[in-house]
Amino acid sequence: MIRLSEHLPIIQVLVPLFGAILTAFARRGTTAWAIAATASVLAPFVSAAMLWTVFETGRPISYVMGSWAAPWGIEYRVDLLNGFVLLLVSVIGVATISYARKSVAAEIDAHKQAWFYTMYLLCLTGLLGIAVTGDAFNAFVFLEVSSLATYVLIGLGRHRRALLAAYQYLIMGTIGATFYIIGVGLLYVVTGTLNFADLADRLGPAMDTQARPILAALAFMTVGICLKLALFPLHAWLPNAYAYAPSFATAFLAGTATKVAVYLLMRIFFSVFAIAIPASALPVTEVIVILSVAAMFIASFSAIFEENAKRMLAYSSVAQIGYITLGIGLANQLGLSASLIHVFNHALMKTALFFALGAIVYRTGLVNISQLSGIGRRMPLTIAAFVVAGLGIIGVPGTAGFISKWYLAMAAIDKGWWWMVFLIVASSLLAVVYVGKFIEVAYFREPGPDVAEAHEPPISMLLPLLALAFATVYFGIDTRLTTSVAEAAASALLGGAR
Amino acid sequence: MKFDLILRVGTKMILPFILLFAIYVHFHGDYGPGGGFQAGVILAAGIILYAMVFGLDAARRIAPQGLVELLVPTGVAVFAAAGLPGMFKDFRYLDYGVYGHDFLHAHEWGILIVETGVIITVFSTMVAIFYAFADRGRG
Repeated sequence: MIRLSEHLPIIQVLVPLFGAILTAFARRGTTAWAIAATASVLAPFVSAAMLWTVFETGRPISYVMGSWAAPWGIEYRVDLLNGFVLLLVSVIGVATISYARKSVAAEIDAHKQAWFYTMYLLCLTGLLGIAVTGDAFNAFVFLEVSSLATYVLIGLGRHRRALLAAYQYLIMGTIGATFYIIGVGLLYVVTGTLNFADLADRLGPAMDTQARPILAALAFMTVGICLKLALFPLHAWLPNAYAYAPSFATAFLAGTATKVAVYLLMRIFFSVFAIAIPASALPVTEVIVILSVAAMFIASFSAIFEENAKRMLAYSSVAQIGYITLGIGLANQLGLSASLIHVFNHALMKTALFFALGAIVYRTGLVNISQLSGIGRRMPLTIAAFVVAGLGIIGVPGTAGFISKWYLAMAAIDKGWWWMVFLIVASSLLAVVYVGKFIEVAYFREPGPDVAEAHEPPISMLLPLLALAFATVYFGIDTRLTTSVAEAAASALLGGAR
Repeated sequence: MKFDLILRVGTKMILPFILLFAIYVHFHGDYGPGGGFQAGVILAAGIILYAMVFGLDAARRIAPQGLVELLVPTGVAVFAAAGLPGMFKDFRYLDYGVYGHDFLHAHEWGILIVETGVIITVFSTMVAIFYAFADRGRG
């Protein structure tokens, strides 16, 4: 009989993969949704079991594909870091799939719904695959699986500009993936291996004789992954992609796609390169710090002047990714913890915000902020949840966002960069402006004719929204899960460097 | 091209050989050049040739659109499911050792199953793309 506990890493990927195949057979939208929901609900149990095992035993779980031993075959390797990311992605998957049924039924043509869920599950497969694998080339394959599915998800938006946005992302995403694979290729030429752990062992000795291709590989991979995670100035694809994608796809991608790319960047930097080459060899972290600070300010300003609410939140995402990469750039224990905590917290908050906007679109079809005056009186629970998540984005104490920014500020002080704390606070004030702009319109103006008919969304959409808003507050008060796992994962990442 | 006698007769003569060659390439894949991908393309090329000479409706009679769309996920299912039996017998996923008693034989069978999945999906995807393009502008 099958011993499930041994096969958990592959089951994590197989559940959504087989779900995707089944939804492709199912021609009806509701059947496809039921299959997608089953697969999505199973996924977090698998990842929670793995994270628990790793946390308890302190050893990573390793699984070799087709029984081919590790450096030659593909190895799936789950440690605290990717266990945490897997749990995050699959939990966001559960929240969005509950939200999906009504939202997708309203926004996608009936005969395309089953294929839409196929694409969602393939995207989930790809994202979980990137996180679970311990093999650089396998990560590329899953990166492509998730990206191709993402282009379709975005392209199915109701607006014709969705196609253009998807095409833009297709070009940028392909360049990103190509740069990543060029880097992997260079590393393979130098070391003859694709396994992350094996690469880390072999790069150090190879550095003496073949420094140039290794540094080129680092540069290519950094730029490629930064395109995928939309680090400023490589973020140009993101606002349109988020703005014109179907509400469900936006919420799902905002919570997962960029976060998994952040994970991959951490893995490449700290588990592979930091062990092998001295940080002074290439000023990657310095560049990332500068770009992160630029993202925090410039993207926040763009958000302030944005009239389309979805684009506003998209720019806000670019700014928030700046905080995450800033933690990576600081490259100390607190900084990495801050990054990981913010990956988790931002995923919860931003998904909640896009859920709220999706609910507004579901009831009114409007996304322009000026048309939404007084919407807070028509949809009080939805807007209340938006406000809670918005406060989290600002970083108000008592919300999850405060915890991440607190850690980030501590990391900056730890490095001796006092001025960075001022920059973090100043950019948070910009978030007050754009979140406040929405709140002002939603609450303090008389309801206009556009929103006269609006009322709360169906319970299947409202419930995940309220749950995530509650989680925003919960993880702002009880930080045991996020901080303990993130700190341990950060120590493990940096421990390899010594 | 409906009234071009040479093309019509020529196509009818060459079509069986195209299909036979596809099967040859498919089963030859584990010894030499070839395999499911190439075989699927050749197979689809046969259908596409038939459609170009005898018309889209004639092609839809031998390869109905619904069937083609059903075959796309079927191939993926065959490929993905080929790895499953091992998991029930103390092997890892994608370990084809379960298909026979000695290592080489078992893996040959395993790869053949995988290639079968590939030929199904490549063939049906090619034809589905062709149908989608050929349908444009027909109203």
